[in-house]
Amino acid sequence: MPESNEHPLLSVENLKVYFPILGGIFRHRVGEVKAVDDVSMTVWRGQTVGLVGESGSGKTTLGRSIIRLVEPTAGKIKYDGVEISRLGSHAFWPYRKKIQIIFQDPYNSLNPRLSIFEIIGEALEIHFPAMTRADRRERVAQLLDQVGLTRNHLDRYPHEFSGGQRQRIGIARALAVGPEFIVCDEPVSALDVSVQAQIVNLLQDLQEELGLTYLFIAHDLAVVEHISDFVMVMNQGRIVEAATSEAIYANPRHEYTRKLLAAVPKL
Amino acid sequence: MSAPLLQVENLGIEFGSAADPVRAVDGISFGMAAGETLAVVGESGSGKSVTALALTRLLATPPARYVSGSIRFEGREVLALPPDELRRLRGKQIAYIFQEPSSSLNPVFTIEYQIREAIELHRPEVKDVRGEIIRALETVGIRQAASRLGDYPHQLSGGMQQRVMIAMALACQPRLLVADEPTTALDVTIQKQIMDLLKELKGSTNMAILLITHNFGLVSDFADRVVVMFRGKIVETGPTAEVLRNPQHPYTRALIECVPRLGQKQRRLKVIDYAGIK
Repeated sequence: MPESNEHPLLSVENLKVYFPILGGIFRHRVGEVKAVDDVSMTVWRGQTVGLVGESGSGKTTLGRSIIRLVEPTAGKIKYDGVEISRLGSHAFWPYRKKIQIIFQDPYNSLNPRLSIFEIIGEALEIHFPAMTRADRRERVAQLLDQVGLTRNHLDRYPHEFSGGQRQRIGIARALAVGPEFIVCDEPVSALDVSVQAQIVNLLQDLQEELGLTYLFIAHDLAVVEHISDFVMVMNQGRIVEAATSEAIYANPRHEYTRKLLAAVPKL
Repeated sequence: MSAPLLQVENLGIEFGSAADPVRAVDGISFGMAAGETLAVVGESGSGKSVTALALTRLLATPPARYVSGSIRFEGREVLALPPDELRRLRGKQIAYIFQEPSSSLNPVFTIEYQIREAIELHRPEVKDVRGEIIRALETVGIRQAASRLGDYPHQLSGGMQQRVMIAMALACQPRLLVADEPTTALDVTIQKQIMDLLKELKGSTNMAILLITHNFGLVSDFADRVVVMFRGKIVETGPTAEVLRNPQHPYTRALIECVPRLGQKQRRLKVIDYAGIK
């Protein structure tokens, strides 16, 4: 942990995200789903924090609430010391550049009608309106190179790429605006194990090169343990265990963590 | 070894135009004995799923073309079966479960209807079809099966949907179950449940299981033998324990090494060096 920083890059305090259950003919609120239920966590600059849990545990909702794709019901999200969860969209604007996301499904998260240049360039167009088209093409070509693709891919369309290549495109899109913090929401769950290894290595290389900070969400504890400095285990909206990745494996305290460990295929 | 249940010889399958064909399966041969579990391991594009589908000629022709070889199931040539016998082979003798249970089930019918259809078609001798459906659902670990009969697929989780698919396959009492990436769309915890279920079934029935997977991690305590496929060819085959302990082909070694292991933190994961593989 870097001592020079006096506060964490991201800190979440008592975050709650509840979704209403509507019922009756007037669709009034009859209950709620506590997707994230009183979660607190901190992520220091340059660190990777792993968030592991099953489908429905609330890990994706937590990740999405950090980039404001989901509005929190209660609690605080502080980024670099500033409370961002209540900011209006104008005040939040600069944080859209600093915080980015990579999605799970490389097949559904890229618009099939846009070329790779348009997909990655769109973010540049929005956040850097002064940039010329030629500059944008150059920057996108550079990004493709950074994620292991080439400038020959600029004018191709998503269907021409494999799952692993599409995930590289998703990573290039996230990197386009020069973020500091990336929410990686199950970035390797839909990939072959051999491709998974390539993408995990790419994420680690980019982290070293660019000093990125990751929240890495997955259901597979073996991958999370590998990439993370610190691991949080989530179940039914709550963090049931949090420890360094070594300790999670060597000395799991919660029964649910042991269940996740037992589910990892053994060779 | 007993007489083979399945014998594939020099099978070749092509896609695309005759002028510029893509060889998806390139002269592969393997066999399976009754009750045996065999895993075909390979990456996307290695030809493993095409092989699986070819066993009952489920590939649409065109675009696919069977260009060489033979597939013998219980001594009969599948590639030469007339349509009515092919229909009896599918489901009754060779049943499938696929990767995405939500797209394999029909969303507008109840699970009872869908399993009933399979039983009535393939086992007309069964009197108490409803009882048979409940039994099949209980075999795959669905509790209070009678009360779930009226459920539609969307009311079930991914793991439950896959159990229903397995129940449907088992209801026909097939000789061979082809499981094509049965857990790839599922969480690791649900993956373990489904693999445990398949293991249990392997012990309690005399059904052979062909597991198609990209993950060597699933193979180790499941399959008797492994076939490793790379670019349409079989690069290595052998008893599972032996292949895992002492892989001969560099591709096999690379596939085994890229599986992340708990508690053995390396700085980087091993990746496959395709340039080094002939």
